[in-house]
Amino acid sequence: MADIPRLRHLKGRDPLGLRRALADRLLPALVGAMALLAALGLAGAQGAGRLAERWQAGASGQLLLQLPSDADAGAIAERLAQLPGTVEAALVPEERLRQLMAPWLGEVPNLPLPRMVAITLRPDADQTSFLEVVQDLPGAQLETQGTAIQQALRLAEVLQALSVAMLAVVGLVGAALVTVATRSGIAARRETILILHELGARDSDIARRFARRLAQLCAMGALGGAVVAVPALWALADQAIPVVLAREATAADLPWGSLLALPLVAAGIGWLTAWITLRVWLRRL
Amino acid sequence: MVRFSRVGLRYPEGGGAWALSGLDFMLEPGSFTWLLGPSGAGKSSLLRLMHLSLRASDGEVEVLGANIARLPRRALPALRRRIGVVFQDYRLLPHLSVFENAALPLRIQGIPEARLTADVREILRWVGLLERADASPSTLSGGEQQRLALSRAVVARPALLVADEPTGNLDDAQARRVITLLREMHRLGTTVIVATHSEVLPVEYPAAALRLESGRLVSHG
Repeated sequence: MADIPRLRHLKGRDPLGLRRALADRLLPALVGAMALLAALGLAGAQGAGRLAERWQAGASGQLLLQLPSDADAGAIAERLAQLPGTVEAALVPEERLRQLMAPWLGEVPNLPLPRMVAITLRPDADQTSFLEVVQDLPGAQLETQGTAIQQALRLAEVLQALSVAMLAVVGLVGAALVTVATRSGIAARRETILILHELGARDSDIARRFARRLAQLCAMGALGGAVVAVPALWALADQAIPVVLAREATAADLPWGSLLALPLVAAGIGWLTAWITLRVWLRRL
Repeated sequence: MVRFSRVGLRYPEGGGAWALSGLDFMLEPGSFTWLLGPSGAGKSSLLRLMHLSLRASDGEVEVLGANIARLPRRALPALRRRIGVVFQDYRLLPHLSVFENAALPLRIQGIPEARLTADVREILRWVGLLERADASPSTLSGGEQQRLALSRAVVARPALLVADEPTGNLDDAQARRVITLLREMHRLGTTVIVATHSEVLPVEYPAAALRLESGRLVSHG
């Protein structure tokens, strides 16, 4: 008989009989449901993030400059329009201003109104140099719409945090499911594990077998959950994007990267949880 | 070589009573030894200490040159691979075929499939089960199952072969066939210890004997 070579990992097709002991129905279905929730949570987090970014970019780029009524607002608007980073600097017509003020002031044609210049900056514009120019204008006041946008941003951040918390809960529930499934597998194959152990199988070899099977089941379930999530997310995007972003939804609006990552993450959680559960149990032998 | 020095064993669930106590003996390399005694004398517990599925509560157990109490946990699998074990209730894996059951120790050791096949076929031929290689263990008779368990225990050429009542569930003809195979392993150089409550087999196959009663060694020779 041949000499025994250096010890290597346990081989063989399925010495623990895990394909039967860890059946491929209930756990993937539950993990699939978890993955669907995770997909919705991820979409929520990403959507809130994109909304916050858009609001921030919009807010930082939209300015309203108020000038004294006797200022040469047209010349100032032209000067500001030529600054690098300025997309547009337009004088708000006096007639439009009077229309806006009418609900509060009534028809008062002789009342002098300040001159207003509506400015749009590029999102990447250097606002510091712009502000320096504005500060030199006598009597000028700049309105950045900051307060309202900050509140909206905080709302978006809260939504993002809730989505992340939901993802964490889904992950923990998933890990708990894998722990229960692993313990059930251990109970079903206790005798087999003991025999392999007594034949000289290493704890890591046995744990790896379980971990691989659980990772496989979790990946299958998460893939199913991700597939089911696609139409749900599409329906959501189709309704939300026209309202929020003022355009039609496209396939590129779906979080494909996150959806593709779900089976991998689920497999990772399944592998690690099963591995730890097995190692803890085997330590007691 | 196996050496027990003042070995005692208490099961945690045994209420503090000693299942084994004061065991002092040595098995020489390449020896064949009967382990005798009535049911409940502690034979299985002693063999479990020997094949490392239990740790002694007292004294020192040395197996194949390793002091078990001082051996780190990570070193146990390598030592277990040098010990073959046969149980009265066979302990075969029902979801594996005859061939795969016999191949298990070699697969655990990572032997390549190409080399493993020849060794397993050779051992199945030796125990008379080559024709049943693809069968499920549940379709084998008791004697065949015990011979399959024996083939699994010896396929990796262990230095120590521990058999716990291997003939307990067999008729006389099958029991003699199993004992003949165990003696064949001894002839090939393996240290063999066989527990039995039979008074007939040690007379038919004379060899050194340890006799246990109530967890104590009452004779050695």
